[in-house]
Amino acid sequence: MAQVVVVTSGKGGVGKTTSTAALGAALARAGERVVVVDFDVGLRNLDLVMGAERRVVYDLIHVVQGSARLSQALIRDKRIDTLFLLAASQTRDKDSLSDDGVERVIRELRPSFDWVICDSPAGIERGSSLAMRHADLAVVVANPEVSSVRDSDRIIGLLDSTTDKAKRGEQMEKYLLLTRYDPVRAERGEMLCVEDVLEILCIPLLGIIPESKDVLHASNMGLPVTINEPTSAAARAYNDAARRLQGEQIPLVVPSDRTTLFSKLLGRRAA
Amino acid sequence: MSTGRPSFKFRGGSFHALVVKPESSIDAWLADLDALLTRSPGFFARKSVVIDVSGLSLTKPTFLSLLDELSRRDIRILGVEGANPSDVDGRVPFLVRGQADKSDAAEVQAIQSDAPAPVSSLLIDAPVRSGQAIVHPDGDVTIVGSVASGAEIVAAGSIHVYGALRGRVLAGAYGNRRARIFCRRLDAELIAIDGHYIVADDVEPHLRKTPVQAWLEGDELKIITMN
Repeated sequence: MAQVVVVTSGKGGVGKTTSTAALGAALARAGERVVVVDFDVGLRNLDLVMGAERRVVYDLIHVVQGSARLSQALIRDKRIDTLFLLAASQTRDKDSLSDDGVERVIRELRPSFDWVICDSPAGIERGSSLAMRHADLAVVVANPEVSSVRDSDRIIGLLDSTTDKAKRGEQMEKYLLLTRYDPVRAERGEMLCVEDVLEILCIPLLGIIPESKDVLHASNMGLPVTINEPTSAAARAYNDAARRLQGEQIPLVVPSDRTTLFSKLLGRRAA
Repeated sequence: MSTGRPSFKFRGGSFHALVVKPESSIDAWLADLDALLTRSPGFFARKSVVIDVSGLSLTKPTFLSLLDELSRRDIRILGVEGANPSDVDGRVPFLVRGQADKSDAAEVQAIQSDAPAPVSSLLIDAPVRSGQAIVHPDGDVTIVGSVASGAEIVAAGSIHVYGALRGRVLAGAYGNRRARIFCRRLDAELIAIDGHYIVADDVEPHLRKTPVQAWLEGDELKIITMN
């Protein structure tokens, strides 16, 4: 049975879609069966970041409304054959998602996968509330800046009150993924540092993704950064985060590209 | 036994409402109100408000124009207290404050002094997140954790925050001048006791991010650090 994960943030543009794709790809590369589901109906992007935009025939709305079967709508990734995408519809809006339909889709996905990763839209309205409703675990994505952190705090409150798990009286597992982190600027006080963010949000840290041009480059190539630049600092950070999701204990460091250069030099010397 | 008639259920209830007491002159008071609303546009949002005009001796036209001015500011008036019933003109319900019969008052007093009313306090053992509101009309509220920016605590009694206070807290909100506010680290957007409030910008810089206690002295909200 799959773990259902929601990747959410409240604020837009902090890296939910990028993180969904990167974590999904990292888990799939480790041999897990993964489906990434785009809940951003009307503003879909996950298909672009996954490089599958030319292969979408049926989408989440078709399945929710019963006009296509799940097996027809799942798109298998070209590079990793245990990675699947369920795209959102670009021509519809969030009102097309029915409560029953979404519940049925998640229920049907659970037995066939190890991980169902739901990419939530921004905001706290219908789309994001449906994306988080059936989750077992939440990855809260935040940038080290005050508006993003406050919106994430709001989302954590909603995760603890409006999800199925919360309504059953259970505790929703929540992890923070801090993205676009620049240790140098945090040191100079130009952005919040890790401790500030953790002090406000009070949830365990899943990973720190350094600000990196590789992320944008990979997104534009239609490749999750963990596939496109697997040795980059951002990809290594996402890989570590994925392993922590699987339950491994890995010490938290902020990977930087300088270490890569250093280890390359070391590698050459050793050769 | 069924009579075949629909049955209606009635009961008496007492509820908490925010009582606003305009001052003469009304124009100057409205200007102060506008200043308050500019600073905190959501101050009256979703709140039921009772207007107390006792001691103001307003004429009927002045009173009706006051109602218009308030509704123009989206302040929802639940009722009016202390007005001449004929002036109300059916526009808003006329409220009568519940009062004990005078002959029984002494006896009631005696009974109360023997057994003080039970005070219920509310303990929240988790951080209060942005967008969450804790409203406790019966006593003190204690938060073991932080109160986030954008969160709100409203209590009839005192408020204790064992963590950073970054949101809005309103102690003694139903009329209790003796209520106090305590927190481990003051970073609040607004703190208020019995309607006397102070916003973040007005907090003395040396008090920010320190553990503090706040109380009312006269009409002044006092804050001292507890370091």
